[in-house]
Order: sequence, then C-alpha cells, then structure tokens
Amino acid sequence: MIAVVPPILPLLLGAVLIAMTSGKVRAAIALLAPLVSLWAIWQMPDGVVWSATFMGLHIEPLEGSAVRRLFATIFVLMTFGGALFGLRQARALELAAGFAYAAGAVGVAFAGDLITFFVFWEIMALFSALVVWCGGTDASRAAGLRYILMHLLGGIVLMVGIGALVTQSGSADLVVLRADSFATCMILVGVLVNAAAPPFSAWLPDAYPEGSATGSVFLSAYTTKTAVLALILLFPGEKLLIAVGLYMIFYGIIYALMENDIRRILAYSIVNQVGFMVCAVGIGTATALNGATAHAFAHIIYKGLLFMSAGAVIYRTGFHKCTDLGGLYRTMPLTAICGIIGALAISSFPLTSGFTTKSLISEAAKHEGLVWVYFMLAAASAGVFLHAGIKFPWYVFFQKDSGLRPKDAPWNMGAAMVLFAAACIFLGVYPQPLYNLLPYPVDYTAYTTPNVLFYLQLLLFSGLAFFLLLPMMKRTLTITLDTDWLWRVAGTKLAGVASGISGSVASAATAGVSVLRKVISARVLPLLKPGGAFAQSPSIGVTALWMLMLLAIYVAMEFWRR
Amino acid sequence: MKREQRQTDTWLERPSTIRGLWIGFTIVLTLTVAAQAFIHIKGYFGVDGWFGFAAVFGFGACAAMVIVAKLLGFVLKRREQYYQNRPEDDDGRTGSEQ
Repeated sequence: MIAVVPPILPLLLGAVLIAMTSGKVRAAIALLAPLVSLWAIWQMPDGVVWSATFMGLHIEPLEGSAVRRLFATIFVLMTFGGALFGLRQARALELAAGFAYAAGAVGVAFAGDLITFFVFWEIMALFSALVVWCGGTDASRAAGLRYILMHLLGGIVLMVGIGALVTQSGSADLVVLRADSFATCMILVGVLVNAAAPPFSAWLPDAYPEGSATGSVFLSAYTTKTAVLALILLFPGEKLLIAVGLYMIFYGIIYALMENDIRRILAYSIVNQVGFMVCAVGIGTATALNGATAHAFAHIIYKGLLFMSAGAVIYRTGFHKCTDLGGLYRTMPLTAICGIIGALAISSFPLTSGFTTKSLISEAAKHEGLVWVYFMLAAASAGVFLHAGIKFPWYVFFQKDSGLRPKDAPWNMGAAMVLFAAACIFLGVYPQPLYNLLPYPVDYTAYTTPNVLFYLQLLLFSGLAFFLLLPMMKRTLTITLDTDWLWRVAGTKLAGVASGISGSVASAATAGVSVLRKVISARVLPLLKPGGAFAQSPSIGVTALWMLMLLAIYVAMEFWRR
Repeated sequence: MKREQRQTDTWLERPSTIRGLWIGFTIVLTLTVAAQAFIHIKGYFGVDGWFGFAAVFGFGACAAMVIVAKLLGFVLKRREQYYQNRPEDDDGRTGSEQ
C-alpha cells in the first residue's frame, strides 16, 4: 500500500484530460495539474516509499531524497510555466505530450531502481519526440525521427548495461556505481547520450529548434536535466565527467557563435550549461554536487525563459533567424526585457540566479585545487556572456531595424515570462531558500565584494570584446556541420555503398546459378535420360569390376583408420 | 509578416546616444578595474589575484573563442539547404555574408 500520492499521477491524468477537453476546462487542468503534482512532491518523505517484486527482482518505484525532490520540483514548476506560456497557442496534443514528457521526468526523479528508471526514461523519449513532431513542418518530422532514433539507440545501450548489471549483481537497486565494468560503462554511455555529451551532442541542436514556438519551451527542460540527476545519483565523482563537461562547455560556445537560428543558439547553449553540471558531477564533492543541483534548478528557469522569449518572437513574426530579425525592442518591450533578464541570468551576472548557483561549481574546483578546471570555467563564464548573454538579445531585439513591427507577446505568454524573470532575479538576490533545499549543507556566500568585482571585470570586458569583434561575427546564411553529419550523410552514403555491394553479390550469384543450371541441363541430365549412361544396363562383368573396386577402397580405408 | 519600409530613428539609435553609451560603458569598465586598487581580490592560484587579471582574461578568452569560431566556420559552415536534396558532388561550401 502506498502512503503518498505518486507525484507523476496528477501529470499523467492531466495529460489525458488535456487531450480530451478544450477551452477554459483544458486551461484550468493545465494550470492545476502541475500544482497538485508539486504538492505531491513535497509529501514525499526521504527513503523508499513503495517497493514491489517484478520478475523476481525487488524494485522501488518511489524513493524520495532532497536532490530527487528538488529536481522534481523544478520539473513541475517548468510544466506550470510551459503550460501558462502555451495556454491558448499550443495544440491540445502538444500540451498533452508535454505533460506526459514531464511525468516521465518526474518518474525518473523518484525511481529507486534501474527498471523503473528505464521505463520512465523511455516514456520521456517517446513523448518528447511527439513534442518535436508537433512542430508540424517537414523539417520537424524529419528531425523528430532522427531524434527518437538517437534516443532509442541510447535506450538500448542503457538497457544492455542495466541487464548486464542485474545479471551480475542480482539486484536492480539504483546505487552509486563506478564506470569500471562493461555493465556500468554501458549505463554511463546510455545516460550521457541523453545529457547531449560528445559525440552524441548533435541530436539536441538538431531537434529542439524544430518544435513549435511553445513546444521548444517544454523540450528545453527535461531530457538533459534528468540525465544530470542520473549522473548525480549513479556516477558522482567519476573523473572522466570533468573532461566530458569541459568539452561540452566549449563546444556549446563555439557552435553557438557560428549559428544563425535563434533557437539553435539557445540549444547549443543548453549543451554548454549542462557541461557545467556534468563537470561539477565529475568533481563530485559536496559543494560540487550542490552546485550541479542548484545550477540545474536555476538553468531550467532561465533557459525556459529564453526559449519563451524566442518563442514569443517566432509566434509573432514567423521568423527564426538572426538575419531576418532585429530592432524588435520597439514593439516587443516586455519580451525584450524578459529575454535580457534570462540572458543576464545565463551569463551568471551578479543579482541573477546564474551568479548564485554557477559560482558554487567554480568554488568546488577552487577547493579541490583543480587549477586548469577553474580557469577554464572562468573562461567559459566569459564565453557564455558572449554567445548567449549578449548575442541572443542583440541580434533579436537590437542590431538593426528589420522593419518588423510585431505586437508584443499575448498576455499568457507575457505572464509566464514575467513569472520566470522574477524567479531569476529572486534567486539571484535571495538564494538562501534554494540553498536550504540542496542535498548538502551550504557554507558559501556568493556576494563577497572581491567575488562580485572579479565577475564584473570578467563579464564587462567580455561585453567589450563582443562589440569590438562584432565585424567578425557577421551572421551568415549557413548551418554548421556537426557529428550528425555521420548519420545524415556518411551513413546514407555507406548504406548506398553497402546496397551496391550486396546488389553486385546478388547479381553474381544469379549469374552463377544460371551457368550451373546450363551445365546441369547440358551435361548431367542427358546421363539420366533414356539412352544416357545411367539409363543403360551394363554387363555383369563391368558391374562386378565396379563392386570389386569399391570393396578394395573400403578395405583400404578400414586399414588406414587403424 | 510585412516589413515596414520607413526606417524610424528612435532615441536609442541616434549617433549621439550611441556615443554617450560608449562613453558610459568606458567609464564603467575603467571603474571596475580601478576598484581593484581598493578591494583586494584574493588570488587562489597566484595569477588570478593580479591587478586587472579578470578583465584581461575575460577579454582574451572571448577574443580567442571568436577567432576559433571564425576559423572553424571556414571548415564547417555549409549553406542552409545542405541537408535537403543534396546533389552529388556538391560540398555546399558557399554562404554569402550579409
């Protein structure tokens, strides 16, 4: 018997009801279901709440802890924000899929065993692909297909790992692992696929920008952050993750700098931000894991806000490229201000949520004496301000007069943006409530005068670099090759070559068969026909001679066998 | 969406405003570095405590990243239709700047 309401239940029920209702009823359900789920999350005590036996294995579908509750909390807050943002604009199917996707993420957050974990992991893959498909264009159909293939592949790798681990240890418990055996390495790879780690990072900037204006807001939140939670629960302190995280950080910056599509810039910057979290999990100390958790919490809010701001622009103008946009601050001031607040928060500017959370990660690197990591994180902070903090608002809202005069965002989109922008500033000014919820006690103050001065110098001079180097950053009507080239071009070519080879093998075989048939019909069949050698009756003497020869051979074989 | 042909000059785009913004920005930049004369930034690894370190480091890191992105762009950028109806023997290496 379960003593608490499973937090995924209101979301799943909400998804079903949203798909069946319309108008005000649907709106009410979409706004209420996440709040009920939030209540249920805070009913969850620490430890296992529900355990059962499944195929002879002990499973724990519901397990609570501080870090699990915090991730689940931000997932449902995001669901509320996303629902408010798309309240009147999103299609029912899209909203329902978004809720089911969020339910999957909350399910993963409370999964106490690897089997429950895997089931919700796959539910996320399924419904997130549906959200991509709700983009409704040819491009989103193709991107959604590539997206789900990538995630199903990652799921298979994960399943192989889980299967091997359960076979070895006889237990499906979700416990801290070391990547030192085939099974645990497969689990790590399966989780890293969802974290958009190299070489699989390309699925994220390929798929997320193809969702609808409202769908991308949902997409930005769950998949990568559940992967971060999985890494915190399964592989804290795995040193390899430091290198993986640093690669993701700089990959995100460099690719965002080359990009022209506004939502793809934000998508690359998700990889960048998740890189900070993965790096923190790799460092693995209490401060680092606090940093990864707090940063994930703050990140979901400001990245959701940035995708909302981009979504409102795309909803109103229909354009999504830097080269088509510009000067929108004139008629979309609210969207511009909220976008700028999100951009400052992602850049960890003092007084925003990024500053109070990301600096925990730098602090952890400092504490562990990781000199290179510390300086690379500092360089990356400057780079985030460059590619997302200034580039995004500059090209969308300022830059040049594009001649576009769209109306500002509809009221519900505006309300969602104001709510999230307020949260960015609140957590930046008063981070203590968030610090209190972190898995380990926090002994850190972000606002010391030297720390603020250090970051102000770093960020403001990055801003100077942006404006001085602006001529080098002219937007081009291009896309950038990424590892997805391997499966979009090289894979297709390889398939062509393979089918060519198999085609020639098949035709060679056909030719061989026809030659054989000719030989048989010309040489062998006549022997069996009337008048052929086998159809005649040989004389008794010849027959006796043949029998004698066969017997002699048989005797000789017997002799040599001994 | 239709584009307005008449370019309106708002307050923010006047040359005098932009000049003023640059002057203000320069003053703020100078102040953030000058403040280090009064506020001691404790360096954890030696160099990060130097005078104006974060300013030079931030600027340098950004310049390096912009240059790397520019150079990588020559190798990795393709025209937007690259993945749609790719004709054979076309490596898509075009891309007009605008």
